[in-house]
Amino acid sequence: MSASGPRLQPTIFELSRPGRGAGKVPHPPADALDRLPAQHRRERPAALPEVNEPEAVRHYVNLSQMNHAVDTGFYPLGSCTMKWNPKVNEWAARQPGFAQLHPLAPDAIAQGTLQLLWELEQILIEISGMHAVTLQPAAGAHGELTGILMVREYHRAQGDMDRTDVLVPDSAHGTNPATATMAGLRTISIKAAPDGGIDLDGFKAALGPTTAAVMITNPSTLGIFESRIGDLLDAVHAAGALAYMDGANLNAILGRFKPGEAGFDVMHINTHKTFSTPHGGGGPGAGPVAVGEKLEPFLPAPRVLRQADGSFRLERVGERPTSIGRMRSFVGSTGVLVRAYAYLRTHGASGLAEITDDAVLAANYLKQRLADSGAYDIPFPGVCKHEFIASATSIKKKTGVRTLDIAKRLLDHGFHAPTVYFPLTVDEAMLIEPTETESIETLDAFADALVAIAREAEADPETVKTAPHTAPVRRLDEAGAARNPNLRWRPAAGDWTPCPD
Amino acid sequence: MAYGPHTPADRQRMLAALRMDSVDDLFADIPVGLRSSPLRLDPPEPEQLLMRRLDGLAAKNRVDLASFLGAGAYRHFSPPLVDQILLRGEWYTAYTPYQPEVSQGTLQSIYEYESLLAELVGLDVVSASHYDGAAATAEAALMTCRATGRGRVLVSRAVHPHYREVLRTYFHGNGLHFEEIPLAAEGSVAGTTDLAELERRLGDAENPVAGVVLAQPNFYGLLEPMRDASDLVHAAGALFVAVVEPVSLAVLAPPGAYGADIAAGEGQALGIPPQYGGPYLGILACTEPLVRQIPGRLVGMTTDVDGRRAYVMTLQAREQHIRREKAASNICTNQTLLALAASVWLAALGPHGLRDVAALGAARAAELEAALASVGVARVHAGAYLNEFAVRVPNAPAVHRELLERGVLAGLVLAEAVPDEPALADALLVCATEMTTGDDVATFAREIGALLADAGAGAGGSAAAAPVGVTA
Repeated sequence: MSASGPRLQPTIFELSRPGRGAGKVPHPPADALDRLPAQHRRERPAALPEVNEPEAVRHYVNLSQMNHAVDTGFYPLGSCTMKWNPKVNEWAARQPGFAQLHPLAPDAIAQGTLQLLWELEQILIEISGMHAVTLQPAAGAHGELTGILMVREYHRAQGDMDRTDVLVPDSAHGTNPATATMAGLRTISIKAAPDGGIDLDGFKAALGPTTAAVMITNPSTLGIFESRIGDLLDAVHAAGALAYMDGANLNAILGRFKPGEAGFDVMHINTHKTFSTPHGGGGPGAGPVAVGEKLEPFLPAPRVLRQADGSFRLERVGERPTSIGRMRSFVGSTGVLVRAYAYLRTHGASGLAEITDDAVLAANYLKQRLADSGAYDIPFPGVCKHEFIASATSIKKKTGVRTLDIAKRLLDHGFHAPTVYFPLTVDEAMLIEPTETESIETLDAFADALVAIAREAEADPETVKTAPHTAPVRRLDEAGAARNPNLRWRPAAGDWTPCPD
Repeated sequence: MAYGPHTPADRQRMLAALRMDSVDDLFADIPVGLRSSPLRLDPPEPEQLLMRRLDGLAAKNRVDLASFLGAGAYRHFSPPLVDQILLRGEWYTAYTPYQPEVSQGTLQSIYEYESLLAELVGLDVVSASHYDGAAATAEAALMTCRATGRGRVLVSRAVHPHYREVLRTYFHGNGLHFEEIPLAAEGSVAGTTDLAELERRLGDAENPVAGVVLAQPNFYGLLEPMRDASDLVHAAGALFVAVVEPVSLAVLAPPGAYGADIAAGEGQALGIPPQYGGPYLGILACTEPLVRQIPGRLVGMTTDVDGRRAYVMTLQAREQHIRREKAASNICTNQTLLALAASVWLAALGPHGLRDVAALGAARAAELEAALASVGVARVHAGAYLNEFAVRVPNAPAVHRELLERGVLAGLVLAEAVPDEPALADALLVCATEMTTGDDVATFAREIGALLADAGAGAGGSAAAAPVGVTA
């Protein structure tokens, strides 16, 4: 975007002029709605905007230009894996044979998609080291809920009705404790060890006959591989509980660590992180869940089945009574899964291993550059995985400039900010995830920008504290937005026109 | 690597900066006993071969049939401008607008989506999106429990069976209780929610009801007496949830007009292709007093420090990243790109285009009803419908299979979709939209008429016998 930024856009409602923008679909016969009883009819047409095609297109193109995106620049948003979104994947999902297939199409006319889904399950089984996969969950948090519901039903099926606790480290994503609550379970938060890793003794003290599951993100949200994970898994299983792995950070371990082999019982996979399906400005994602043998009977319905003759079918309603049931309508976000499948086929075994190697190499290189500069605190100095924590604690002490200010100043340098103030366990945290698709030149330029901002914080703190200066807008009144919420445009009275027929 | 930038020299430079010899050194922290076995997967596939493979898979699906299948996912015309906007990388390769200053495009688009849907449903608060209609309906039901402090939800059996299954999953074992209200069996109200039964269950003072969920149009395409239901629900101090199909709201009374407190629904019909189930768009809306109970992102209008109009995610104290185990829901990633698709589609069609789409579907459905009736295939129910209805067809599963061979996707076999409704064992649920052509209707009527006539002849006049040429 230019230094002056794109023009701000009026709302689409303000662009509306009665009488514009007709002609996309034929008019129905005048009597089309005569058989609708009056009590069911809409009395006043919705005051939707009337714009012609050029106005509509310019509106959305101009709006789009106010976004930072992977297609426009570096996006090191930790824990989100903002890697390249391959263009062939968009082509694939739009093939009419995939895009126009009705979700309730009989199996006989859906064999191509069913085969793709089945093959995708096999690939994810291999990557996760698990036994079976459901593709149904619509996002990571939805996958978490699916996994925890399966864990709960597993315990109940064993006659073990008192397992109501879910142990979660305090560095976990907020979705973990929120998921436990949705499943009717209780979250117990366990403090991290001084090195940022799992506090084995803390977990052991909390494990017991009421523990349903332990939820672990590995590598952790600090970007650290949990080297005590083997002992923890032993302790979890000795206590009769199950181990859930939050797969948000799977990009760091492809071909290096298979959670199922290591002893995890269930994990979710964010296709929009590890497998490049676009983030879409906040979704859609997909959150397949992989499980070990113990949990397979409880997978959501319907599953995709391969039959003896090599054809595929969906499970019928009620076919597998042990299932936890449905998590959403239809089969799943197939359009997202087609993209993930294309990505996995493109990379194959060697390409996937290379993704992880390059992602981890890039993160460590960037971390080393920042450590060498001395400009930022690096609270966990050892080897990281695909992301790492830097902190502005020292800068804040010296200059009053906070992580938030640095994040905003990065926007002026043309970079998206890292994830900030997460995890909650580190002061002035910046969680930086470069991914494997950024060049060494980009990594260097980003490190240089961070160092330049640290120097600027000393020389001219006001400029940093009032950043951004070149984005389309400056800092926002967020408190005012929450105090007096304006959540919708209110068309002025008379801003609608009765339908002509 | 397919998309990676690193040359061997780049990797060497990075390793040298780390004073390491091999990338393996970066994984020394994984305990030896826990290291992965090799990935047993196919080798990488060049893009050209990948496209050939995907072409081959897509060709195994049949999307060329004359289709009368709806049942919660609908084919609609999408002007080419819609997908061309969606293909801009500035939209689809961004993420949740955590840095609002460089995300104003996404934020304003969500605000406009909230506003467009608020107009359509007639309720003031619209969440930025949920996973799909079923998940949105489950969240709506949970909202009624939080808002009322009660734990019992009643759901009509005329709500989509997948939605009811999801509700069962979400409600099972979390201390809340969910019951189904049966359908009225006879007369002009057959196939709609049994209001007398609803009233009876609402009257159980020992077990006060938090919320009641009805769909309009219902799963069988019928129009429910939403105003009457709403009055009954409110008289019992409960909240009323309307499950809506958004295109129909161009011509049907919106939830706000009959007093619904919450509206949920599937937004796929707003210009999103069927794509075998998703990604779709969960619509969730509520009245202003319920704003702090609604789960999911909300975007509000505000100003920047220079007083310029700007947009930001707001009221985040409801959300998991702030409230953790006390959050209104665990939802994080939602369906923003699909909300954009719906907005662009609505802008492309405008209010008159939207009304034309809804009315044309109704007109095509009336033609379909008449054409089927002319070959002896009659509706199951007598009540009013918009563009979808059930028809009685002897031996429906076999007829449906045989019609596939003849190029017709004859709607949904209700015996398979709702096996727990014996009254619908011999029925198909069929729908028409503006995409349905006169030729499609004629083909369907001709082929089903021929099949049933053959069957009747082959079985000595009994219409209930298996059609000739059909293998079960």
